[in-house]
Amino acid sequence: MQVNEFKPKIVAFCCNWCSYAGADLAGSNRLSYPADVKIIRVPCSCRVNPMFILRAFQRGADGVILCGCHPGDCHYTSGNYFTRRRMALLFSMLDYLGIEKERTRVEWVSAAEGAKFASVMNDFVQKVTALGENKRLEDLRCKR
Amino acid sequence: MKKCLLSNSNALFNEISKNAKLYIPVDLEKGRVAYKEFSDGMVMSDALKTDRSAKDFFFPQTETLMAFKTAGKSIEITDTRSETEDFVIFGVRACDVKSIEVLDKVFLAEPVDSYYQNRREHGIIVSMACSKPSETCFCQTFGIDASMPEGDIVCYKTNDALYLDGKTEKGKALIEKLGVLEDCNDDVVKEEQQKIKEILNKLPLKDLKADAFGKDKTDEFFNRPEWKTLSESCLGCGTCTFVCPTCQCYDIKDFKTKTGVERFRCWDSCMYSDFTKMSAGQPRLTQLERFRQRFMHKLVYFPTNNDGMFSCVGCGRCVAKCPISMNIVKVMKTLGGKDDE
Amino acid sequence: MQKITRSVLIEKAEKLLNDGIVSRVLGWKNGDFSYDITPAIFTSADQMKKDFVYGDFCGANFSKYLVKETRKDEGKILVFLKPCDTYSFNQLLTEHRFDREKVYAVGIPCDGMIDINKIKLAVGDGIVSVDTDSEVIKVNTLYDGVKELAKNDLLLERCANCKSKKHVAFDELIGETGETLENNRFDQVAELEKMSADERFAFWQNELSRCIRCNACRDACPACTCEKCVFDNPNSGVENKSPANSFEEQMFHIIRAFHVAGRCTDCGECSRVCPQHIPLHLLNRKFIKDINEFYGEYQAGEEVGSRAPLVNYTKEDIEPIDAVNKGDK
Repeated sequence: MQVNEFKPKIVAFCCNWCSYAGADLAGSNRLSYPADVKIIRVPCSCRVNPMFILRAFQRGADGVILCGCHPGDCHYTSGNYFTRRRMALLFSMLDYLGIEKERTRVEWVSAAEGAKFASVMNDFVQKVTALGENKRLEDLRCKR
Repeated sequence: MKKCLLSNSNALFNEISKNAKLYIPVDLEKGRVAYKEFSDGMVMSDALKTDRSAKDFFFPQTETLMAFKTAGKSIEITDTRSETEDFVIFGVRACDVKSIEVLDKVFLAEPVDSYYQNRREHGIIVSMACSKPSETCFCQTFGIDASMPEGDIVCYKTNDALYLDGKTEKGKALIEKLGVLEDCNDDVVKEEQQKIKEILNKLPLKDLKADAFGKDKTDEFFNRPEWKTLSESCLGCGTCTFVCPTCQCYDIKDFKTKTGVERFRCWDSCMYSDFTKMSAGQPRLTQLERFRQRFMHKLVYFPTNNDGMFSCVGCGRCVAKCPISMNIVKVMKTLGGKDDE
Repeated sequence: MQKITRSVLIEKAEKLLNDGIVSRVLGWKNGDFSYDITPAIFTSADQMKKDFVYGDFCGANFSKYLVKETRKDEGKILVFLKPCDTYSFNQLLTEHRFDREKVYAVGIPCDGMIDINKIKLAVGDGIVSVDTDSEVIKVNTLYDGVKELAKNDLLLERCANCKSKKHVAFDELIGETGETLENNRFDQVAELEKMSADERFAFWQNELSRCIRCNACRDACPACTCEKCVFDNPNSGVENKSPANSFEEQMFHIIRAFHVAGRCTDCGECSRVCPQHIPLHLLNRKFIKDINEFYGEYQAGEEVGSRAPLVNYTKEDIEPIDAVNKGDK
């Protein structure tokens, strides 16, 4: 067994109304997902602007995942529709710049989907672990 | 005077780079020219100017000054400098050599900037006479002779050879070490100088004069109405300041690292809206004032503080690079020329 | 050469100035060489006769100046708009960035503008003057006499791939308006998309590493009209006056391009003004291409009041994961 196994740092932006509650449910159901996931609660997935994602990478994240209500179920009616367009363009741009596309993801997780939340996180962490450390969007100063 | 055949220049560069890091101007793709650290086989560019000036070697765009780490109530301050090694910059044109002199006035005056001083002490400048000046050149305006540049070593390039002449202690010492060089007389160089002088006389900006500007002329120029029309189309970008070999303003900032704080400095531009911003805001509220600041600094304030020395060397980079083609030449012509309107 | 001559434009301006319809004119001003044209404000026909030019080096897009100019209490301003400038004009109007009432827009035809850097690349330094009176460009150099070049090889990137000769906004038109054109402007983007991620990364590292953060791309952009840019705001946490490392270079350029995504008319000013010749239009065009593919063809500025793709949605929009994997299929 490897001693210094790579543990990725994952930032998960979760909308207050669905995904954060979903994470809560995962917790109360004792579903396990890696502790490498750090959740940041946002009022709506639409609150997350591209700078948040880039800043997370700058400060050392190896993967960033954004979770919101299912399209159509937004607490604010249409916030996540805008998120969907924004992130489609942003992630496509990151891919265009040569940044590994598995490092970013959007998932729709409702308050009832504790199991989905856990499995999404497990899967995401696994994929990012396979990629290794974030080198292409890193700021070395933040690692000193 | 020493000589090295062009066919032998690779050997010359190799010999220099044995003792110190050597940087030479190199042609990159799409007409770009930049200083690169020499490695065997690299060919020196024939281009007149590098895109960025030699200022970068002594005053880089960003540099970390120190780092702080806190542990409980104590704070540890570390000097992040690593001892600079000796380095040689080859092929610096007369204007860029002069620009270092301008920077010296700022950074080597009390209080001495030890970061700059350190690099100055370790750097050897091999200047290069301009055999093909560009239409945007106006170094003559500031009394710079492109046929006789200053520097630690002066180099002339002819069709078949490089001619080197050590001017300072540092330069002479380096030349002594170079076995590739052979002795020669200076006939060819004199001829070359004559040729360059003739070309300089043909340059379109040769008649531009800076006499109207200089020491203690603040009152004369500060409130001139022409500033309004000149600055009207200025975009407020920092291109002119960042390609300028003499612009020396910088900002000091802190960056939070993983475990502490790094204090760094980076170039700043008087064209920016947040330049010298204080708690009460920016002292120069509109682009007119920022624009005026830049040119007054070059043509009036700097000479006032430095015995009449202008802080423009006429390299022409801003003339070539400004997105809207507003530049110090147009400013000088408008404010200082014979008013023919 | 441009089919429309300066004298026609001066005549038009003179009439409008004399009739009191406009108080000043936003135009191109002659420089020391043929190519260093500066945008300037003229207040009289005499000034224009002396310094006004219209020729192959008048690439500058004036739309953005209107934001500043229409805030002045100085009456109407006359602006000359080339076809591509009219798109930026409309886009700014859509975003309510200037007062339409204070502008008198005269649409003028454009026969393609020249990139001085391409001339420099072809003939080297020492360009004393450039004669653009025909399709053969005569470059008068200091060292090699007169050199002749074909105008077609010298066009600005945006003109080589001109998207439209049609004026989408004007009060009055000089000459004739044209049509939107077939073009190959997304070819380079598609080429990059075909590369592997490693190749793309290397490509962009090479390009972006030259950035000196002069902000010219942002300051010249007619879509970048924020009163205070996040990168100029000391309280934003991302204000950085210089690109300290590759991350900051990437962040600035991604955010700059993203902020104009869906609003960018592809006027190409960012690439034209970049002193380091970074192909910034390739970032903007990537967004335009994606928007066209994901959400249907959209040309910013074509219509005043149109809803930009990023402030719009449909229930069936593509999922981000499918968007990213689109090329893999």
